[in-house]
Amino acid sequence: MKKILSLLALLSVTVFAFSQNPKYISAMEKNVAALDTTRDGLKLQALANNFERITSAEKTEWLPCYYAAYCYVNMTYSTKGDAIDTYCDKADKFIHVADSISPNNSEIYTLRAQIASARISVNPMSRGQKYGTMSGEFREKAKELDKTNPRPYYLEGTAYFYTPPMFGGGKDKAKPVFEKAATMYEAFKPASSIAPNWGKNSTQYFIKECDKK
Amino acid sequence: MKRIFSLFTLILLSSTAIWAQTKVSGKVLDQKKQPIPGVNVFIKDTYDGVSTDVDGNYSFAAADTGDVILVFSFIGFDKIEKKVHLGSKDFSFSPTMKEALNELKVVTISAGTIEASDEKKTTVLKPLDIVTTAGAQGDIVGALKTLPGAQQIGESEGLFVRGGEGSETKTIIDGMVVNKPFFSSAPDIASRGRFSPFLFKGTVFSTGGYSAQYGQGMSSVLALETQDLPDRTSSTLAISSVGLGGGYNKLWKEKNASAGFDLNYANLLPYFKTVKQTPEYTRAPQFSGGSVNFRKKTSSSGMLKFYAYVNLSDLGIKTLSIDSTNGFKNLFELNNSDVYTNLTYKERLGEKLLLNIGASYSTNVDNIKTWTDSIRSQSDMTQGRIVLSRGIGKLSIIRIGGEYQYTFDEFKLDGAKNGYNYHIKNAIYDNYSAEFVEADIYITPKLVWRAGARGEYTTLEKEYVISPRTSVALKLGDKSQISLAYGQFYQKPDRDYMFYPQVPGYNKATHYIANIQRVDDLHTLRAEVYYKKYDNLTNALDSTNNGFGYAQGLDIFWRDKKTIEGVDYWISYTYLETKRKYQAYPKEVTPPFAAKHTASLVFKKFFEKLNLSTGFTYTYASGRPYYNPNNPEFMSDKTIDYHALGINGAYLRQIKNCFAVLAFSVTNVIGNDQIFGYRYSYDGKQSAAVTPPAKRFFFVGVFLSFGQNRSKEVIDNNN
Repeated sequence: MKKILSLLALLSVTVFAFSQNPKYISAMEKNVAALDTTRDGLKLQALANNFERITSAEKTEWLPCYYAAYCYVNMTYSTKGDAIDTYCDKADKFIHVADSISPNNSEIYTLRAQIASARISVNPMSRGQKYGTMSGEFREKAKELDKTNPRPYYLEGTAYFYTPPMFGGGKDKAKPVFEKAATMYEAFKPASSIAPNWGKNSTQYFIKECDKK
Repeated sequence: MKRIFSLFTLILLSSTAIWAQTKVSGKVLDQKKQPIPGVNVFIKDTYDGVSTDVDGNYSFAAADTGDVILVFSFIGFDKIEKKVHLGSKDFSFSPTMKEALNELKVVTISAGTIEASDEKKTTVLKPLDIVTTAGAQGDIVGALKTLPGAQQIGESEGLFVRGGEGSETKTIIDGMVVNKPFFSSAPDIASRGRFSPFLFKGTVFSTGGYSAQYGQGMSSVLALETQDLPDRTSSTLAISSVGLGGGYNKLWKEKNASAGFDLNYANLLPYFKTVKQTPEYTRAPQFSGGSVNFRKKTSSSGMLKFYAYVNLSDLGIKTLSIDSTNGFKNLFELNNSDVYTNLTYKERLGEKLLLNIGASYSTNVDNIKTWTDSIRSQSDMTQGRIVLSRGIGKLSIIRIGGEYQYTFDEFKLDGAKNGYNYHIKNAIYDNYSAEFVEADIYITPKLVWRAGARGEYTTLEKEYVISPRTSVALKLGDKSQISLAYGQFYQKPDRDYMFYPQVPGYNKATHYIANIQRVDDLHTLRAEVYYKKYDNLTNALDSTNNGFGYAQGLDIFWRDKKTIEGVDYWISYTYLETKRKYQAYPKEVTPPFAAKHTASLVFKKFFEKLNLSTGFTYTYASGRPYYNPNNPEFMSDKTIDYHALGINGAYLRQIKNCFAVLAFSVTNVIGNDQIFGYRYSYDGKQSAAVTPPAKRFFFVGVFLSFGQNRSKEVIDNNN
């Protein structure tokens, strides 16, 4: 029994040691910090590449995959047409790997919701229903998995914001959801220096946009 | 324990320690020698690497030395993994990356084929286009008639393609033939297709030269593919100026199965009371029917689908007899019942082997009454089909399959005229079997050659025929391609001739098609020339198949979604030259179902702020020949030109979890005279124009769809 316990202790120490691999943490911190300021296509691609390289070395970490997917879904916003699908396919590939490493993760489901709604813009008329439903389901799952995560609420706000009032969306509906997200962001503490912590500023931006006529 | 600790320190050290470093650099180019920026260049399983700059250059220091794998990865290109040896010296490598194959870069056979699909990117139409085309009234065939190759025939249903009759187009659902795709109709009044466009996720309309997978359509094939699992559980309700309908479709929570039904009833009596019709209806058309469907994902790649359709329809009509001068009216009463079922299953049997099997049964009974006769006409079809497809290499594919159809046709007539009773009863059955093999061989991703053959045998004809089919397509650039097709197509003679004591032999057509097209996200341009030779057509005079004919022409299609903001329009033009000697024709002439020039302009605009989608369709066809017994030159008279302007509109709105569409449409808004031909009395002294039953058709309807979306409920509860 003692032996097993000490073995277990050792194991947890090693896992701890590996996950706290300083090289990993410093590489991630540097790239995660750059995410907030990077909008340019080529720089975002380079950032995605950085995360992809980290995934290649750190096969048991979900965050590099998560962030690589996050970069690709953000790249869709500066393109249109079929290219959106190409980026979403790439993002999906990474997020599935992330999901297999860390199942039932609220942040991962949030990103899956974001990828699904990015696909709508290729052809809103024919895709709205399918991907809108899919995105909504991922969002609800994300909320269920972590009740303190503000990001699914932020995404829900954007979904309302970009849906015309006649289709059940609109600024009036979006605003209370953004406000709920904003209060949740105040209370939210990221798990670590490299854990997902985006969307707070954008929420404030959208609240202001909702007030505009 | 000590040893483990030292190992542990070693691992920790190794990850931070900097050992020998080697500079790795180079430039990444594509196949056109252009630099690729943003390529991820790295040593596999390490942090070491960099992205290429704007000029495709890269340079980084690798901590690892020895044998490593250098990776080049970029979206849209094939990944390169190269084993290299890194020593103490700088290492330089400048690869050329190959564009990855995707749907847009691989050529597909386009000659004779117009496709509507959401899944494929290179298609000319989307399934939604079929529903939103003005003038089509939500009818699949109505929408396809705005495409080049099809004729504007208003007096009978069906797709009349490139000089072919309506019966030369076969309708196929999930590979299974539909014996009676249209509602039964009264003489000289076209009916609609039986199936709702919302049933299908893909439509392939072939105007000729089609695959060896299909047969028995001398001119054309309309292949429809049913929807897979729905996105969610939903119910629908429709109320319109012609009837009501509703349905429910349930998606299982595991999202691996769905089941649904719909019921509908239409009665044109209220409408006919409001809008006067030319013929006198003794019984206004009435339709009642429903369908059930079941779909199940049997595995990650397996899918089982069942669909069953039942419909009963009824109508009665009185028309002025052209043979009498005292206002005598002919009576035509029709009562129809139709059942169609379709069961299909597909599954991947190995990484590269796909199995498709299907079975279908249908039965259709028409009961017709005139003043003197009472007719019962029945058509049943039972069929089975199996297809195996095997992928070869990355793109090539070979398909082998067979099908079998058993048809039973019965015709009964009981009549009484001038105190004399007569009875006719005829029944025939036929066993039709076919097998085919076809290969799509990709010589390069830009050049594909399709070669196939189909063998067919029917017990009625007792003759085995083989029809070779082949086509080739070459991609000229990213967006343009040319394609050629050739094929032979056999068809049994029309149903009426099968009751003849001596059944005429197979009808046969040979197609030659050349096509050029350019497709990008927002524009489509297609031009196609063709020559079709009819070697054997039914000669009713001697009950043989020594009739003959030809058709040749040009089809042009242009679609533009970009030039005018928020507007999507297409223009199609069809030039057709055709003559045939068949049925009881004394000589080779242009048949009455062929106009020399046909053109359509389809225009759609979505007003986003108003949530209003509107459109119009303008169609023109030059006059068609008709038979005038007083003219010694057979079939040399021509009708006036045909003009039709149809408009439609839909207002869309979401109320809670209900999606509502308020739709309207009007055909022939301007009220142009439309004449499809003339009927003459026996003595030729009197004639009557064949016209639509009313100048215009108005339609208003509300469609409600209630999505049972649990996430929505959650939102509503939270707020």
